[in-house]
Amino acid sequence: MKQAEFLNVVMPFKDKLYRLAKRLLVSSEEAEDATQEILLKLWTKKKSIESYNNVEAFAMTMTKNFCLDRLKSKQASNLKLVHSNYGDEGSTSLQKQVEARDSLSWVEKIMDELPEQQKMVLQLRDVEQYEYEEIEELLGMKPTAVRVALSRARKTVRERLIQKHSYGIG
Amino acid sequence: MELDKVEKLVEKYFDATTTVAEEESLRDYFSREDIPAHLEQYAPMFQYFAVAKEERYTKKLALTKTPKGSFRTLYKWVSVAAVAVFTIGVYFYNSTPKPVTLAEEFTPEEIASAQEALALLAINFNKGTEQLYHLEEFQKNTNKFLTKE
Repeated sequence: MKQAEFLNVVMPFKDKLYRLAKRLLVSSEEAEDATQEILLKLWTKKKSIESYNNVEAFAMTMTKNFCLDRLKSKQASNLKLVHSNYGDEGSTSLQKQVEARDSLSWVEKIMDELPEQQKMVLQLRDVEQYEYEEIEELLGMKPTAVRVALSRARKTVRERLIQKHSYGIG
Repeated sequence: MELDKVEKLVEKYFDATTTVAEEESLRDYFSREDIPAHLEQYAPMFQYFAVAKEERYTKKLALTKTPKGSFRTLYKWVSVAAVAVFTIGVYFYNSTPKPVTLAEEFTPEEIASAQEALALLAINFNKGTEQLYHLEEFQKNTNKFLTKE
């Protein structure tokens, strides 16, 4: 497989890999590194790529496993993933207060607080619009488990969002 | 989309029984401006999902081996080479110190001349020690004088 061909295969879903990695790792830099790593791994496996009937699903599963491993190793070594995506929470600068009030960034923060599995299901379904069968395959979950996780994730987001709305911030 | 249909879909949505197409229509609905007050609370969710999908991987793809990777392979091979050198070294170190006799290392002429030189040295050395006897005698006599005073 030539580089151009490979890129044609990979391009349509590289953003999906990145978004899933970012959802799990939160930090943009970490997610970029993870995506780069996954794409390189795919490139080195390019000979066997043709035998997979669904490269995208394969790559998504790789990304999921890679990120979970990464999170585990960070936890094991007692390191927190550092990221600079959101501004300082206690900052008094007006700019940041305005940003924090933005409901959309609330949803993002709420999603970050979800358990990893719910996070992934919600990401795959509501952001990437995968079918249930695909999510089951990607995450290696049972159909009912996917629906339960998804329903719980959606309801949690709704509850926390209403809480934030009614109590305001802080 | 009618309001009651939307409400029903929202309910189904939270039970995770909607299809992808139905969720798409919900996202469409909530992207509008005029959302009834009781449904407005859900709008940020759907709007966020639409926004989140816009995020792109912007870094340039480097498919050739990264310097990190090539360094790693280099490191691996260097360590292999180091181990090889070490084992070879150990092997030859044990086999080199053979007992070497004088006869093997030098020719008889060399040995003979060395012996001659050493004999000469010994004779002269002995002469020196004989002279020392006089010195000793001298020391004794000076001590005698010193103690008398």
